Amino acid sequence: MNPSVKALFEDYRRLFRDGIWDNNVVMAQMLALCPLLAVTGTATNGLGMGLATTFVMVASGLLVSMFRTIITPEVRIPVFILLIASLVTLVDLVMNAYLYEMHKALGLFIPLIVTNCAILGRAESFASRQPVHRAMVDGLAMGVGFTVILVVLGAVREIPGSGTLFADAHLLLGERFAWMELTLIPEYRGFLLMILPPGAFLALGFILAGKRVLDARLAARTAPAADPATSP
Amino acid sequence: MTTVAQPTYRKRVGYQATLLGGIALLASAVLVIADLQTRDTIAERRAEDFRRTLEQVLPAQMHDNRPQEDIHILRTDDGRTLEVYRARQEGRVSGVAFRVQGRGYAGPIHILMGVDAAGEVLGVRVLQHKETPGLGDKIEVNRDPWILAFDGLSFAALPAPRWAVKKDGGPFDQFTGATITPRAVVNAVRDGLTLFHAHQSELLQRAPDGPDGPMPMTPEAPVPADTSTPPPDQYLQETLP
Repeated sequence: MNPSVKALFEDYRRLFRDGIWDNNVVMAQMLALCPLLAVTGTATNGLGMGLATTFVMVASGLLVSMFRTIITPEVRIPVFILLIASLVTLVDLVMNAYLYEMHKALGLFIPLIVTNCAILGRAESFASRQPVHRAMVDGLAMGVGFTVILVVLGAVREIPGSGTLFADAHLLLGERFAWMELTLIPEYRGFLLMILPPGAFLALGFILAGKRVLDARLAARTAPAADPATSP
Repeated sequence: MTTVAQPTYRKRVGYQATLLGGIALLASAVLVIADLQTRDTIAERRAEDFRRTLEQVLPAQMHDNRPQEDIHILRTDDGRTLEVYRARQEGRVSGVAFRVQGRGYAGPIHILMGVDAAGEVLGVRVLQHKETPGLGDKIEVNRDPWILAFDGLSFAALPAPRWAVKKDGGPFDQFTGATITPRAVVNAVRDGLTLFHAHQSELLQRAPDGPDGPMPMTPEAPVPADTSTPPPDQYLQETLP
């Protein structure tokens, strides 16, 4: 394989690793908690929010990176907000017109994307300093990472909360995806706390603690191997 | 904000203002174009959606007209106006549909309900609501069959004071974790039926200038609001949220 292509793939791989685990929007940067806590009552809602956000993140990466040479530090924040808000409005209009059924399911989430500080955060810290292709890949990776945590948190809340998984997925993805809807505990009366916002805080706390423990174990496993080499 | 800008150039206030203004102008232009391109389609989709809901509360076999175009403006006792969609069989009004509003947990719940000439509920559907996803949204028919419990009910079968959720001693189920939402829907439908009975004769009369009804047996004064009804499509655009 051409070495430069190989280096590019290696670079993209690292961007994805950052987006999904090492520098995850939620688990590492602690951003976007407002939409996260608001919509993750079910895994389906999490997936919907994640997909919509991913799209806006890729597009905002493209736009911000394209304009990065003419934007000055003094006015960068209003310019970024303007670009992101226009993009979200555009997505809302186009979806409403051409993907009406999906818009009925997702419409609730789209205005929430504007309030997602993670998008502004990526525009500011990454897209405004990077070439277009890297900015877009970073947006995709961050979006996928956000989607993953949204779906995981949605599932963690939905299973004890209502005894189902991916309930109403057909409203979001169409009838072909009705198989995703599982009723794990039939005749379940539900555990209300998990569906309400406090449940989201609790579940997120456990997920964050879990990630810390995992990271600490990984570090502990690699550290002894590295030690003899550095300090003989 | 043309091409390569020198650092000194870029520090000027004029450049900053031009940049911000230029981007704002560009963004507005894109949004205006997008709005113009999508406006008609969105209105069409909404009207279609409303028509589908209307068909669910006024079953096709009970009318031979187009209820979404047969609109009667009802003036309620508290001075508000309510648009009523009439289903007709051979000119005779066989059922009506109208919107009612419930006070939900998170704002108004917009409901469309159909009632037949005898005062029996044909169907109830939620048009729009902001209830908690996963709790209160079970009032949507594609999430839960709960709202079908209203079908066929009337004040003859269930007297008005007994219209309540189980928690309040009535026959309607509430949802786990959500009582306010179903209570709001039950109350709204009950009020809708009360309204229907209060104006039953006005709602069921044959409009003399009805689009596809024969002349009535007893000449009645034409309802003035009827003639000033705007064309249906424009009408839908205006009133749909």
